Amino acid sequence: MKKYVLHRLLQLIPVLIGITFLSFAMMRAAGSDAITELYGDKGAVSQEIIDAKRAELGLDKPFLVQYLAWVGGMMRGDMGVSYISGKDVFQTFISKLPATLLLTGLSVVMTVVISIPLGVLTAVRHDKLTDYVLRFFSFVGNSLPNFFVALLLMQIFSIKLRILPVISKGLSIQSAMLPTLTLAIAMSAKYMRQVRAAVLEELNKDYVIGAKARGVRSSVILWKSVLKSSMLTIITLLALSIGSLLGGTAIIESIFMWDGVGKLAVDAITMRDYPMIQAYVVWMAIIYVLVNLITDLLYHALDPRIRLGVRADA
Amino acid sequence: MREVTIRKQKIKKGSVKIRLIVFGTLAALLIVCSLFSEYLAPYDPYLQNLSIAKQPPSAEHLLGTDRYGRDMLSRVIVGSRTSIFSTLLLVAIITALGTAVGVVCGWYGKALDTVLMRISDLFLAFPGLVFALAVAGVLGGGLQNAIIALAVISWPKYARIARSQTLARKETVWMKAAKLSGSSTGKIIFKHILPNIIGPILVTSMLDIGTMMMELAALSFLGLGAKPPIAEWGSMMSDTRSLMTTSPWITFSPGIAIFLSVMIFNLLGDTIRDYADPKGR
Repeated sequence: MKKYVLHRLLQLIPVLIGITFLSFAMMRAAGSDAITELYGDKGAVSQEIIDAKRAELGLDKPFLVQYLAWVGGMMRGDMGVSYISGKDVFQTFISKLPATLLLTGLSVVMTVVISIPLGVLTAVRHDKLTDYVLRFFSFVGNSLPNFFVALLLMQIFSIKLRILPVISKGLSIQSAMLPTLTLAIAMSAKYMRQVRAAVLEELNKDYVIGAKARGVRSSVILWKSVLKSSMLTIITLLALSIGSLLGGTAIIESIFMWDGVGKLAVDAITMRDYPMIQAYVVWMAIIYVLVNLITDLLYHALDPRIRLGVRADA
Repeated sequence: MREVTIRKQKIKKGSVKIRLIVFGTLAALLIVCSLFSEYLAPYDPYLQNLSIAKQPPSAEHLLGTDRYGRDMLSRVIVGSRTSIFSTLLLVAIITALGTAVGVVCGWYGKALDTVLMRISDLFLAFPGLVFALAVAGVLGGGLQNAIIALAVISWPKYARIARSQTLARKETVWMKAAKLSGSSTGKIIFKHILPNIIGPILVTSMLDIGTMMMELAALSFLGLGAKPPIAEWGSMMSDTRSLMTTSPWITFSPGIAIFLSVMIFNLLGDTIRDYADPKGR
């Protein structure tokens, strides 16, 4: 197990180098740097001043040197200043991150509450009416774009019923309700299917027939054996879907004016605030990679076959 | 017992065929409608007439009119061309690109394989739309750039499928026979590998059409795809969001159009998957 953890941590290094390199290269490819942003490109400032400024900021150095300097800065929490507001990019990003993490966390909790019971129910009642009805809903949910769901919920709860605010006013339960619900609906539709498949697979195993033949009650088989052994798969699938959630928050945050990094990124993109976009891409990718790593390690730690070192041939 | 299961399988296969015909026809209808959208639209979708602005749905304008008095039904119909064709183009691009990379990796192996697969891993390390947002942001708005942005993040999945399929075929006896009989690499790839691996890849692309349509619409909604006044469903929705309180039909009709199209393509995708793999699900 220790060896495995070490192995996975070592694997992380090239991925992180790749992520940072790609993000850096992409912004460079955009053909814009702090100089053109500062002086414009209309030739209003003489070439000497531009060159001097370029040297001062280290922009005349080779690409790789600039990259290394940028990564070095990143590690010290220095990712430059915003082209628009002039504020420190990393500070701004960090200050908005908790709101996004809160929204993500709430959506995951709501997804679990909705889709695990329903997923288990559809698996147990498979090919019966309950199954068909719930699968129909999951199908509809899968075909609805999340921004459409957001606008629908807004129309129903904020405009028609007037019980929830249209746009969020700070971090409060009322403001979080609609964005959380929107993200949870999209995620539950997908996740319910996966829970159903995982439980069904376990239900079709031979030991279930054996237990039934021995007269063990169905509820006991379900709760004590089937759910216990499919839970690991269910949890892993949930953790893996957090990635699409992190990307999905951007559009939902900007619709509900939720003050997180997603809205920050969308605003930065519309205003071509490259350092800000860069920070968003790099940090979201790092968070995603870390979540996946933790999931993988947990999976290994929780699975007794792996934890106790039982080999297939033993 | 055995007979019963066989009969059950036959019935299932029959019902899959019916579903295939129904959903295939619906999808074909959708594509044909979008092809001839200009002739199907009752009014000119770009003709402004402020005297009839923001009218609710009526017999004359089935989905009402928008803030410039443009007929919403016509705009939704014409918007189908942009939305559906850009999606199909995107899916075609990622299928072709991913398959090409995957076959090359699987066939040549060694250093080339390692390098290309590490690159594809790298793209998979970015969560969902995050990287696409950034690419679209760097390239600037526009439908073409939105397609590029989504293509950049979506090809690795196809490369992995194509690679594993190629690897599985590479070691077969008939492949060795083809090599021994002196077939050129190009001939082996195009005559022997591609026809054998294209099935699972096409099933994946069919299943992806719905998702890609939603993601393209999402980018357009954020202003990173098709730009107004071009009729495109995603941008039509964000463009008219401020009118949602007073005239919800303007915002919701393109949304329902996206929903229905995605649903038809998803149903078709699921059916094709069931047809290709009768024992699954």
